[in-house]
Amino acid sequence: MTEKIKSILESVMDPEIPTLSIVDLGIVTGIISETEGQAHIKLTPTFSGCPALKIMETMVHDKLIEEGYTDVKVHTSFDVQWNSNLISEKGLAALKKHGLAPPPKHDGYIELDVLSDTPCPLCDSRNTTMSTPFGPTLCRSMHYCNNCKNAFEGFKPVS
Amino acid sequence: MEFTDKHVQGLKDLLYKMADDLLIIGHRNSEWTGLGPVLEEDIAFSSMAQDKVGQSLALYEILHQLGESDPDTVAFTRNAPQFHCSQLVELPIGEYDFSLVRHFFFDHADAIRFDMLATTVVEPLQMVAKKFRGEIKYHTMHADIWMKQLGESEEAKMRIQSTINEVFPYALGMFEPSEFEAELQEAGIFDGEFALREKWLNKVVPLLESYGYSVPNAETIIPEFGGRKGQHTEHLQPLLDEMTEVFAIDPGADW
Repeated sequence: MTEKIKSILESVMDPEIPTLSIVDLGIVTGIISETEGQAHIKLTPTFSGCPALKIMETMVHDKLIEEGYTDVKVHTSFDVQWNSNLISEKGLAALKKHGLAPPPKHDGYIELDVLSDTPCPLCDSRNTTMSTPFGPTLCRSMHYCNNCKNAFEGFKPVS
Repeated sequence: MEFTDKHVQGLKDLLYKMADDLLIIGHRNSEWTGLGPVLEEDIAFSSMAQDKVGQSLALYEILHQLGESDPDTVAFTRNAPQFHCSQLVELPIGEYDFSLVRHFFFDHADAIRFDMLATTVVEPLQMVAKKFRGEIKYHTMHADIWMKQLGESEEAKMRIQSTINEVFPYALGMFEPSEFEAELQEAGIFDGEFALREKWLNKVVPLLESYGYSVPNAETIIPEFGGRKGQHTEHLQPLLDEMTEVFAIDPGADW
């Protein structure tokens, strides 16, 4: 039953990145469905200050009601701490499709060189410069491609 | 081990001071929105503000689980004497060099604090501490880049140096011990302000020296204490009045 819910949640997209589902983003950390109609969902925030979280809770709730679930509960918990390695392969491809450089896999240590070595999502060149680790949203950094001369945004690696 | 009343009181005191620090520095950071010296810095301080306020909410939620009022009530209905933030975070943003130096000192302390709390026996606090560490990494990285770069030009270096001297007593004020230090350590909640201060000095002093600055001797400086016990500068109450202006119009409003 949880598999069915998971496949439903694959159609709930990040409100700021319409190509990326919340499942592929890695923020769905718990699904309980023990009886017909029950769907208790646990989400974890990408950033503590992410304003999209409440919106995503509502989107998940409304989607499950729409799919016929009657006992729907959605809550946020830090018991699994999100980090950017939780984004699925499909999710990384979806980010690139949206024009955002996917975060490199990391071993828990994020240093400046990890960020400055971000390949351009438009031309794949590694000849890029990071302008600032703070972008238009908490999860994005800003970069410039010295090869195709485009500014681009990256989805930040977070440990 | 079973927590006594003193342990719980100590835990609440710890949570209040951390949450209040984050809420107030978050508000101060947000004052750079629209005013940053370059667009990237405007965005950086605004982003950090958002992180800080989000983190304070997570800590106020833990306090709420421990029986304190809900986060909005706690954040928006207290007056200055009920706040436990350090005086460092409440000082006005000043010129950019002031905000930058404060950011450097504060964020290195917070990074270490939450690193220490990543092994606390208090489970909900342990979980958020682990989460905050990844976020704060970007804050210390930002502060380090600027402190390093500004050390490379003579004029900037002089300004930053004089600001370091001015801010240092307030930075040391962050580590004002509480009356529950022994209880917090004995219960495995937190290793204490003194341990934090030592780790912080071991981090910031060599870093600043490597950028070419000198650091006042922490042993001979008198720290600006008082904030943790509700004694604040004249700058906190006006900040609170501004922060709560909308809330105060209709405290019962449903947003």
